[in-house]
Amino acid sequence: MIRIPSSEITPEHVYLSRREFLKQMGIVTAGSLLLSACGAKPTASPQADAGEAATGLADELGDPATSYEAITNYNNYYEFSTDKESVAPLSKDFQTSPWTVEVGGLVNNPKTYDIDDLRQNFDQEERIYRLRCVEAWSMVIPWTGFPLAKLLKEVDPKPEAKYVRFETLYDPEQMPGQNAGWYVWPYAEGLRLDEAMNDLAILATGLYGKDLMPQNGAPLRLAVPWKYGFKSIKAIVKIDLVEERPVSLWMAAAPREYGFYSNVNPEVDHPRWSQATERRIGELGRRPTLMFNGYEEEVAYLYEGMDPFADVPANS
Amino acid sequence: MPVFKFTRFQIAVHIGSLIPLSLLLWDYFADNLTVNPIQDITFRTGKAALVLLVLSLACTPLNTVFGFKPALKVRRALGLYAFLYVCLHFLTFVGLDYGFDLGLIYEAIFEKRYALVGFAAFLILLSLAITSTQGWMKRLGKNWKRLHRLVYLAGLLAVVHYVWLVKSDIREPLTYGAVVGLLLVARIPVFKKGVMKFRGGLIKRLEAEKRIA
Repeated sequence: MIRIPSSEITPEHVYLSRREFLKQMGIVTAGSLLLSACGAKPTASPQADAGEAATGLADELGDPATSYEAITNYNNYYEFSTDKESVAPLSKDFQTSPWTVEVGGLVNNPKTYDIDDLRQNFDQEERIYRLRCVEAWSMVIPWTGFPLAKLLKEVDPKPEAKYVRFETLYDPEQMPGQNAGWYVWPYAEGLRLDEAMNDLAILATGLYGKDLMPQNGAPLRLAVPWKYGFKSIKAIVKIDLVEERPVSLWMAAAPREYGFYSNVNPEVDHPRWSQATERRIGELGRRPTLMFNGYEEEVAYLYEGMDPFADVPANS
Repeated sequence: MPVFKFTRFQIAVHIGSLIPLSLLLWDYFADNLTVNPIQDITFRTGKAALVLLVLSLACTPLNTVFGFKPALKVRRALGLYAFLYVCLHFLTFVGLDYGFDLGLIYEAIFEKRYALVGFAAFLILLSLAITSTQGWMKRLGKNWKRLHRLVYLAGLLAVVHYVWLVKSDIREPLTYGAVVGLLLVARIPVFKKGVMKFRGGLIKRLEAEKRIA
C-alpha cells in the first residue's frame, strides 16, 4: 500500500472553521431552499468563536484537533443513548469514583487497580489520534493516557494468553441503555495480545488535558486508532487475558457486519455503506479514508501473512 | 379574479408540512445543527419526507374507512411536500455531502443498496410530482391512477432505505414499514369493499336509530 502524503489527502476546501463552514453552507442551502426573506444572518458571537479557535493541536498529518465542544457532545455510547447528542446530558451524573479495574485471567500477577493508581503509577502522555467511526465520520482527539502494554507487562501475561478481553461497567440504573435487550450487555471488546502490546494502543484517562468526561468513557477507556471507533471500549472495569478470541458486543449483535479485527480500510466497505471516504467533524464535504486510519507504518506488521479484513464476510 | 379558498384543515396541513423546514432553518441560523450538520440535515429532511409520504398515503383510507373527506383535499399537497423534502434530502446528499463529485456519487448510489433504493424512490416521486397537475391527469386518463399507485412502492422503498441505514436497532423504521403495509392493505379491493359495506350498514343503522328516537 502506498502511503499518501498529507498534502494530497486533504482537499484545500476542507480547512474551514465550523462557523465559516456554516456560512458556506448557507450559500448552498439558501440557494436550494429558495429562501428570499429569511433576514440577515446573525453575526457570530465573539465568545463562540474564541471557544472554537484553533488550539494549535494537530495530528502528525497536520490536521487540527476537533473542538472540545464537538468531542464532548457528539458521542456514540449506547449504554446511555443511541442518539449521539443525548449521551452528554444523560451521562452527566455518571459515578466515576470510586472506580476499580480488575486485571486478571491468564496472568501471573492479577491485580485490581484503583483508578487513581492508574493515573498516578503510569506516566500520562498526550497522544493526538484520529478516531474513525464505522459510520464514516471522524475526529482528531488529543488523548491523555498510557500505553496498554505497560499495564499488561505489570500483570505479566502467561504464555498461553493470546487475547485481551475488555469489559465495560454493567449498571443499568446508571446506564439506561443497558436495558435494551437488543445487545448482549455489558459491552465487551478484544484485541490480539500483540495488537494490545503495540505502542499505539493506549488506555486513555483524559482528553484536552482534562479528565475524561463520562460521555467519552470516563474514567478509563481504550484508544486503538487504527481500528474503527467501536473497538475503543469505554468505562472499563475488567481486563482479562484469555486464550480464545473474545466475542465483542458488535460481533454478537451483527456478526455479518462487524468482525474481530475491525481495522480501518477504505477498500473494504461495510456491507451496507462505503468506507472509502469519511466526514471529518467540523469540515464540509468528505475526505478519503486512509489505510489503517493512517497508521499503516506502525501496525501493518501485525497482519503480515494474513488478511486482517477476512475473518468475516466484510468490514472486519 | 380567482379566490383561493382554504379550509382550516387545509391551512393546518400546509403549516404542519412546513414545520420541519422551519425548524431546520431555525436550527441552522441558531447554529444548532449538531457538530455533524450534514448528517443532521440529511436525517431530518429524510424523516420529514417519510412522515409526509405516509400521511399522504393515509388520506384515501381515512376517507374510505372513516369517511373523513377533507383528507382527499390535502392528499396531493402532502405528496408534494414529501417530494420537497425528498429533493432537499437528495440535494444534501449530492451537494453538501459529496460536493457534486460524480464519481463518488455514482459509487455511492450504485454500489450501496440503501442508496440505490433511495434513488429509485426519488425517481418514482419525481415522475409522480411532474404528473401531479390537472393537465397531466387529463392527458394520462386511466393510466394516471395506475402510475400514481407507484406511490406505495416509493413508500416501501423509503422504508427499506431507512432499515438498511440504521446500525442495528430497526424498530423505528419497521414501525413505518408496518404503517405503510397497513395502508396498503386498506387499499386492497376486497378489504376496501368490506369496510365500505360495514360503514354503509353502520350509517344506515345509526340513521334508523335516529328516526326511531
